[in-house]
Amino acid sequence: MQAKLRMIIIYTLLTVVGLFMIVPFIWMLSTSLMTQAEFNKHESVFVPKESSYIWKSAAGEKRVLFVMEKGRESIIHILDRDNKIIDEYVSVSSSELHLIRKIPSFTWSNFIKAFRKVPFGTYFSNTLYVSFITLIGVLLSSVLAAYAFGRMEFPGKNLIFYLFISMMMVPEPIYLISSYLLLDKINWLDTYQALIVPWCVNVFVIFLFRQHFKSLPKELFDAAAIDGCSTFGMLRRIILPLSKPVIATASIFTLIGSWNSFMWPLVMTTRPELRVLQVGLSYFNAEASTQTTLLMAASTFSILPILVLFFIAQKQIIASFAKTGLKD
Amino acid sequence: MKTKWKISPYLYVLPALFLLVAFRLIPIVMSFVISFFESTIKGTGDFIAFQNYGKLLSDKDFWQSMTNTFWLVIIVVPASIVFSLLFAVLLNQIKRLRGLFRTVYFLPFVTSMVAVSIVWKIIFNEQTGLANTFLGYVGIEPQKWLSESRGIFEIFFSGIGVQLPAWAGGPSQALFAIIILTIWKSLGYNTIIYLAGLQNIPKDYYEAAEIDGAGKFRQFFRITLPLVSPTTYYILMMTTIAMFQVFAQVYLMTDKGGPAGTTRLIVYYIYDQGFDKQEMGYASAVALVLFIVILGLTMVQKRYEKYVNY
Repeated sequence: MQAKLRMIIIYTLLTVVGLFMIVPFIWMLSTSLMTQAEFNKHESVFVPKESSYIWKSAAGEKRVLFVMEKGRESIIHILDRDNKIIDEYVSVSSSELHLIRKIPSFTWSNFIKAFRKVPFGTYFSNTLYVSFITLIGVLLSSVLAAYAFGRMEFPGKNLIFYLFISMMMVPEPIYLISSYLLLDKINWLDTYQALIVPWCVNVFVIFLFRQHFKSLPKELFDAAAIDGCSTFGMLRRIILPLSKPVIATASIFTLIGSWNSFMWPLVMTTRPELRVLQVGLSYFNAEASTQTTLLMAASTFSILPILVLFFIAQKQIIASFAKTGLKD
Repeated sequence: MKTKWKISPYLYVLPALFLLVAFRLIPIVMSFVISFFESTIKGTGDFIAFQNYGKLLSDKDFWQSMTNTFWLVIIVVPASIVFSLLFAVLLNQIKRLRGLFRTVYFLPFVTSMVAVSIVWKIIFNEQTGLANTFLGYVGIEPQKWLSESRGIFEIFFSGIGVQLPAWAGGPSQALFAIIILTIWKSLGYNTIIYLAGLQNIPKDYYEAAEIDGAGKFRQFFRITLPLVSPTTYYILMMTTIAMFQVFAQVYLMTDKGGPAGTTRLIVYYIYDQGFDKQEMGYASAVALVLFIVILGLTMVQKRYEKYVNY
């Protein structure tokens, strides 16, 4: 009995926390499907609903469509029996309007409107392009470096490795300004290179690969050496085929990181056609700060790809991140 | 291992090393150098030795940004550790639906800070936001949130009729709104890390304690807490460093660190000085001070590593 009570308490607590985590997303989605007028009236919090009104006046009752409230007056469209608008933008007294029912209705047009206002397609393809080229660069540079650190002996190895590790410790804001000046000197500001090349090295990924490469049995390499396999051949024939899971893990980190990166592209690019999704979204946030429903539609749209990726590979993603906290 | 290769290891390291030197080491050294010059966006001006650092000492905005950042660190780090450990312990007790809960908790972590900042800005909207709607359900009057510059302690104590001195006001309600979002964003990752740590603790320990008659609370303090201390240490370090780098929330949710500069965090201040005011030299000096602060805190935390049970 006591055990059962304990379980009930645990599940209740976990559910409350779960709601706290997910409600912002649900609200984002439901708001993105409301009309701005409905959102501003703030009658329904989670389910977008269309309100049906009747205008009762001396001339009789008429079905109307509510547009907006202006002080004591309301602006309405008058409808006929088939719900077609026969008179637009009529101003009537608010007290003569009566709400008859609310039905769930979803305003998908917010997504279309947001798309018309902002070239999200361009931002989207920029982000994809930058993320994937960065990913290729990170994987190439990291596999090579980790191979040397993990399976070779050479003078200065430890020194170079400590240099790598200490660079990993320096946070991005520290070198943001000087990087801007540096990229300015080599004429890279406002180019794709500025978003890609500096991020083609990732010490964390090198570290991850090195740990894995070190753990591979020595016998494999000895046997390959006897067969006359070259150093690069061992990388290609032994290490890479045995490293698919760790490469997948590193790819996930790198992709999520570059998809979500914001401060760097914000500073290094100004041309609208170079904007990545996060930067484009931040400009839209400044321009359309009062158009809540459009902002919510744009936010929904921008996190959708990561959410899809997350739901497809959630086991792998969560397991990868969980490993980052465990020391070997 | 025999060293058969002479030059080839260096060739393998070269691409990464080149990128690292060109885009990390050189900029880091540059930012150190620039901080001693009167440098603007147009170019490096005169050498002014420590003048940027002198200016910094008497710069009220800098100190306010530092104070704001300390509030963020001091609240988010312990809150995130306590809550995520609690949730991980709870998750570890159940079998059914664990995967679902884990996924839901992890959701905020994988989504972009820009998108969720926009969503939370609207959540904290005074008239139509969800935060005030929920407060309304429990009978609390609407709060001003992101436009409130009064401290949270000041607001709380004036609610019960106590007037606090100005220095004890605490972080502004606007900053507190950012703190809530930041905790929400960090919980999932820390919970997952703790959960992995908890699953490394052998079940026999608990069974032995059970036989000895130790209750659940005792087991938590005597077994769980000491044995997850490496995880706690890792989360403490990572979250502290991350909190000193918060930028997007301030940029997207507030009007340039307002109201009254109470949400201006140190990295936003660097951005503001460097790119809005175009005082690159001064901004670099601020960045370097931030680096020293982070480094110092890491060293202090490292000294306590000896209390961690590996």
